[in-house]
Amino acid sequence: MIELTVNGKKSSVDVEPEMPLLWVLRDVLDVKGPKFGCGIAQCGACTVHLNGEPVRSCSVPVSAAAGQKVLTIEGLAQRGQLHPVQKAWIDHEVPQCGYCQSGQIMAAVALLAKNRDPSDKDIDAAMTNICRCGTYARIRTAIHAAAKSTKSAKA
Amino acid sequence: MTNSFRKSRRDFLKVSATVGGGFALQLTVPAPVFAEAAAKAKGPELTAWIVIGADDSVLIRVARSEMGQGSSTGLPMLVAEELECDWKKVRTEFVSAAEQIRRNRAWGSMATGGSRSIRDSQEYLRQAGAAARGMLIAAAAQRWKVPASECDTENGVITHMPSGRKLRFGQVAQGASKLEPPKDVKLKDPKDWNLIGKPARRLDIPDKVKGKPLFGIDVQLPGMVYAAIAQCPVFRGKLATVADERIKGLRGLVKVVKLEDAVAVVADNWWRANRMLRLLAIEWDVGPNGAASTESIREFVRFGLEDSSIPVARNDGNVEAAFSSAAKVIEAEYYAPFLNHAPLEPMNCTALVKGDRVEVWAPTQNAEATHATAAATAGVPLENVEVHLTHLGGGFGRRGFQDYTRQAVAIAKAVQGRPVKLLWSREEDMQHDFYRPMTLMRFKAALDSGGKLTAWRVRDAGHSIMAGVRPQEIKEGIDRHALGGIVDMPYEVPNLRIEFAMRNSHVPVGFMRTVFHSQNPFMRESFVDELAHAAGKDPYEFRRAMLQAKPKDLAVLDAAAKYAGWSLPLPAGVHRGIAVQDSHGSYAAAVFEVSVSEGRELDIRRVVVAVDPGYVVNPDSAEAQVQSCVAYGLTSVLWGEITLKEGRVEQSNFHDYRIMRMAEMPKRIEAVLVPSGGFWGGLGETPLAPLAPALCNAIFAATGKRIRSLPLKNQGLQLA
Repeated sequence: MIELTVNGKKSSVDVEPEMPLLWVLRDVLDVKGPKFGCGIAQCGACTVHLNGEPVRSCSVPVSAAAGQKVLTIEGLAQRGQLHPVQKAWIDHEVPQCGYCQSGQIMAAVALLAKNRDPSDKDIDAAMTNICRCGTYARIRTAIHAAAKSTKSAKA
Repeated sequence: MTNSFRKSRRDFLKVSATVGGGFALQLTVPAPVFAEAAAKAKGPELTAWIVIGADDSVLIRVARSEMGQGSSTGLPMLVAEELECDWKKVRTEFVSAAEQIRRNRAWGSMATGGSRSIRDSQEYLRQAGAAARGMLIAAAAQRWKVPASECDTENGVITHMPSGRKLRFGQVAQGASKLEPPKDVKLKDPKDWNLIGKPARRLDIPDKVKGKPLFGIDVQLPGMVYAAIAQCPVFRGKLATVADERIKGLRGLVKVVKLEDAVAVVADNWWRANRMLRLLAIEWDVGPNGAASTESIREFVRFGLEDSSIPVARNDGNVEAAFSSAAKVIEAEYYAPFLNHAPLEPMNCTALVKGDRVEVWAPTQNAEATHATAAATAGVPLENVEVHLTHLGGGFGRRGFQDYTRQAVAIAKAVQGRPVKLLWSREEDMQHDFYRPMTLMRFKAALDSGGKLTAWRVRDAGHSIMAGVRPQEIKEGIDRHALGGIVDMPYEVPNLRIEFAMRNSHVPVGFMRTVFHSQNPFMRESFVDELAHAAGKDPYEFRRAMLQAKPKDLAVLDAAAKYAGWSLPLPAGVHRGIAVQDSHGSYAAAVFEVSVSEGRELDIRRVVVAVDPGYVVNPDSAEAQVQSCVAYGLTSVLWGEITLKEGRVEQSNFHDYRIMRMAEMPKRIEAVLVPSGGFWGGLGETPLAPLAPALCNAIFAATGKRIRSLPLKNQGLQLA
């Protein structure tokens, strides 16, 4: 049995240690926010946080997450309040098909946790997830807006 | 993209015939497999499209698939405009394909492609909204015992104008639903629109930022098992043998299912299924195509250019006479490779076969085709099938084809009574697409001494999508669909000859976003640039002179040039390119500003795209579609290429089929919406059409190097 804490909830799963975290989340724990796009850590649709760090869960064996904290898009909202990044995504009408957006949002949340006011270059470097619909311009705008709203909320 | 797909349509007709003929079926329909699926919306219906609750909630049904293009907001806006309901109270649900048959196709076409969702359904959607409004007014007037003509509506409230009495829609919906819809309804004058043409928030976005399980891949059912599939790597090949000794007794195995050209492993989760699939010893009968390569196919296609009896699609004047009296003759050959659609959600479909009943959950661009395919594959009548349409993680034309539905239902048959979710790996998706067709064109043109284009001969050789999906549309060897943007070019050319050699290899081809208008304009508009250069004329003015009889193409070209400041000087080292192309009922033109350092490092500094779709329903979605076309189109131009070796596709995943990312997206993209009114065009594809040539023409301006073959990575060009 492998113990995991997903979105604050402890679970134990009886799976092979090499089974990727993505498939444990999706097929065993029914956490469907992280998506499968490539299976080789190229597209980032499966991005979740492992102890606060963004990881591509399709390429992380579940054993590497044992005993640790996993955060997915489902766990972002606090006390019924969407995360500022999610709010910015709504305000700026970011998603098109939406399939990559769970991963995009998790990558953006991780970026803003480290860098409260990222430049365009910082965004380019951190946001490497693929969006086939090409929502990049709006993702960029929404990240800047989320940075601003977090700053003004704290000021 | 288009409205129907051969295999599925043929299946559909076949199945329809078994139950009594055609699309307009009158059936005694048994209870649906899952009753709640057919009657999701509770409350009184006002036309097939609208359900209004006592709480004033307005449910508007959406018959077309949502794959990111925004139709699930734009289509309800058309209904709500005429209904005059409170837009904030609008919810949506997808139409059930089974219910569609039970009701004689009350919702029109469900096919989602060809940028047709709005332009093909706007009239009946607005009429439905207007009819429902008429029913609500009639019900209120009856209650008040006043003439309906004294009543008006606004924002979900009916007012009796003389007395000022008011009733909310929810208060009269029940009574209204029992009235006959009015036969003739008058639609609003566009100047009176309140919703259409104003930016509206997309209804699907909040769920998408919460990570809700909306997509086909997210379907979860009690007792569900999971299937991974390996298909014959050489197209048209078959499964010979499969040995499963190595996976016998492995954890989670449910079944190995053999299909004609594929083998699937069913297990208790997808990762196990996929891992066991890789342990199988599979022998393929690859058939006669096991030696084909990109080079051999290209030579096979090029042979069409040499065909002395090549069919002629258009022949105005006499090109040969014009060539012999020309001041200048220019010739060039252009090439566009195969491309993969690569929607980010890989192909998938969930199916349950229980006796003679079938239930399917699918991210499909054509729920009716999915329905028909499921029925045909299971060998049951249409009324025994229920299809649940999910959101699509991208479509781009790929999801109109129903290969994945056929496989899922076949696998579900083999595990009777258990729902099975078939999911392709990215590798399967990359190597089993209906690819954008490889195309070659050879041009010969004549200029007179004044630099005027007097003659143009086009030889087009390439794959035909219609040969696969609607062969009846090919007349005397000519596939006019494949000649889109060429045979109907807007330019006035006194002597014009268009020839077409259909050259179909073993590679399956299909509709990929903007379809032939994604490569034909690259060729046409790049060559027009060559002609302008040879004539010593400004490429914008050269085009203008030939577009005098085509005011809409001319206007959109002017809009792009004006907005981009075509005549204004640029900083040193920055150069412009321009192109124009109509497609999918709309008009587009683009201007690129680029610099190219050391002849190879490309910096795309500005992209201006002007679009005239007649009317814009939701400008916010329209702008998003322009941005989307830029990302999708530039991905293809810069890197897009599917190559073959030993009959099979060489690319397998995103490491070798590169997709544009954030850092590579041009920072300055300007969508110039110039809706001129009076017609309804598409928006999901047209903005892509002029991008490749406008970019390549800018590269020529910067470097003097003419790009005649894509992608740019093979031309020694990379992004700075």
